Amino acid sequence: MSGQSTPIGLFWAEFCENKIAVFALIIVVLMILLALFASIISPQNPYDLANLSLMDSRRPPGFVGSGGYTHVLGTDPQGRDLLSAIFYGLRISIQIGLAAGFVSLTIGTTLGILAAYVGGRIEALIMRLVDLQLSFPAILLALVIVALLGQGKAQLIGALVAAQYAYFARTAYGAAKAERGKDYIEAAVATPLSTRLVILRHLLPNCTPPLIVVATVQIANSISLEATLSFLGLGLPVTEPSLGMLISNGFPYMMSGRYWISVYPGVALIILIVAINIVGDQVRDQFNPRLRR
Amino acid sequence: MLGFIIQRFLQAVGVMAVMSVIVFCGVYAIGNPIDIVIPPEATEEIRQEAIRRLGLDRPLYEQYLIFLGNLLQGDLGRSFVYNIPVLELIGGRLPATLELVLISVISATVAGVTLGIYAGYRPDSWVAKTIMAVSVLGFSVPSFWVGLILILTFAVNLGWLPAGGRGDTVQIWGVEWSFPTVNGFSHIILPAINLALFKLAMMIRLARAGTREIMLTDTIKFARAAGLSEGTILRRHLLKLISIPIITVFGLELGSTLAFAVVTETIFSWPGVGKLIIDSIGVLDRPVMVAYLILVAFLFVTINFVIDLVFALIDPRVRHGASS
Repeated sequence: MSGQSTPIGLFWAEFCENKIAVFALIIVVLMILLALFASIISPQNPYDLANLSLMDSRRPPGFVGSGGYTHVLGTDPQGRDLLSAIFYGLRISIQIGLAAGFVSLTIGTTLGILAAYVGGRIEALIMRLVDLQLSFPAILLALVIVALLGQGKAQLIGALVAAQYAYFARTAYGAAKAERGKDYIEAAVATPLSTRLVILRHLLPNCTPPLIVVATVQIANSISLEATLSFLGLGLPVTEPSLGMLISNGFPYMMSGRYWISVYPGVALIILIVAINIVGDQVRDQFNPRLRR
Repeated sequence: MLGFIIQRFLQAVGVMAVMSVIVFCGVYAIGNPIDIVIPPEATEEIRQEAIRRLGLDRPLYEQYLIFLGNLLQGDLGRSFVYNIPVLELIGGRLPATLELVLISVISATVAGVTLGIYAGYRPDSWVAKTIMAVSVLGFSVPSFWVGLILILTFAVNLGWLPAGGRGDTVQIWGVEWSFPTVNGFSHIILPAINLALFKLAMMIRLARAGTREIMLTDTIKFARAAGLSEGTILRRHLLKLISIPIITVFGLELGSTLAFAVVTETIFSWPGVGKLIIDSIGVLDRPVMVAYLILVAFLFVTINFVIDLVFALIDPRVRHGASS
């Protein structure tokens, strides 16, 4: 394989040694592709109400609907083709997970590094707040914030960020605190570089490995949390269902044996979350110096 | 030490004060509960009367001061919807949540520690690998989904257990409990498993990590050299040595399980506090929301305070670091 001598090439080669992790990574990539090309590959546009027929609602997998094609995974209470709804749902779930993950990463890292670099009162204030929040269950915090802000994509992302930035802040703080004491940072401070540049060029790059690990885990957590909120009826509006909303829609019909409406979106959700977690675990192990051979 | 306690206590009080302002303003910023409390056919006179009676015509800070004054006297207001004191409402729902949470945390701890010790004792056996795979699933699969699958499998398809509600209850010391009756207990099983799964995964990991570490120490070598049976070593020595982190997490988790019960109670229509708060958010029953949040915040601030004190007792660096 080419490029083996570069750090990234070595990292990749080591990653490839774990077959399960590679398989999980392929699944994650596949799911992202499905989400990206949802509008091309799905048999139906599940958001176009003109496409939906109530005659087709709650049909079991394999039913041939009025559209003339087979509903491989059945239909939901609105007569949506479940397979198409899952593709579109994946899109929304991944979108929200990524957005919430990146915003929390930015805010959390900024706060964590600020606390570690500046120290003193600001450090005490930020970290005390972060610790307090970490002891408080994320689900409850998100629940309250969504209830306060109302429904919608931006509000939902805001709630997820508020619930999760603290994990990034803790991690960035820990890493930056350790790096701050090292000689190369002292040397950089002694040069006429501005504080901003010292942080951006020297401190931040050396804090990234643990942040990448936390980011993968937190994206999976955001997706799971969003699904939970949607299930509780506090997520996105019903017109654009995420995976959690699809599961929630099917819940009342489960008692009468119409399992597919909830089960298939749930399977998609779990495959996505577990795959991201497996990839994250492998990356964490590779970054962990104690497990180095 | 006294200075440290006072400092932390003041901090806790400060946090509670800030939380009460945030919660109050946040909750009172959303929606207009009048539209929900009063039927649309009511006359303007009745509307105005209701707004005045609920104190909603006053400015926000005045409402907060009234709320704070009442709070300090142990009065958290009356529910808009049920029209009974909020504390009474939450108190009435608390036993249901408590029995669910206690049963699931205790069974998760017992089962998790047993499985975890086994997985740490024989880390290469296939049983241990299965146990660890289950714990990974317990961590990553969303709990509401597990709840659905439990209902689908054991209630809908097999018909073994009921899918929701509390079942028969008996009165003990004037409070209704489900677990002593056969019917009530059968209602607890599924929600308790659902709620326990995450804790189970965590306990397995803790116990396994502890066991692997302790099994390599001299304590175990000496115990073996003394001719003790493996069972006695595990029960009498290992269990004692791994118990400190497990007890800490047990305490911490009790609080967060109370919060997680929101999801489980909704799925299984368990009439506890979690279900109450979800219903209250749905109908904008502000006093119930505020009271619940304040109580939860109080619970967590108290837990944190106690943990700080315990750590300070154990580790002198903590209290010196704080005073310098």
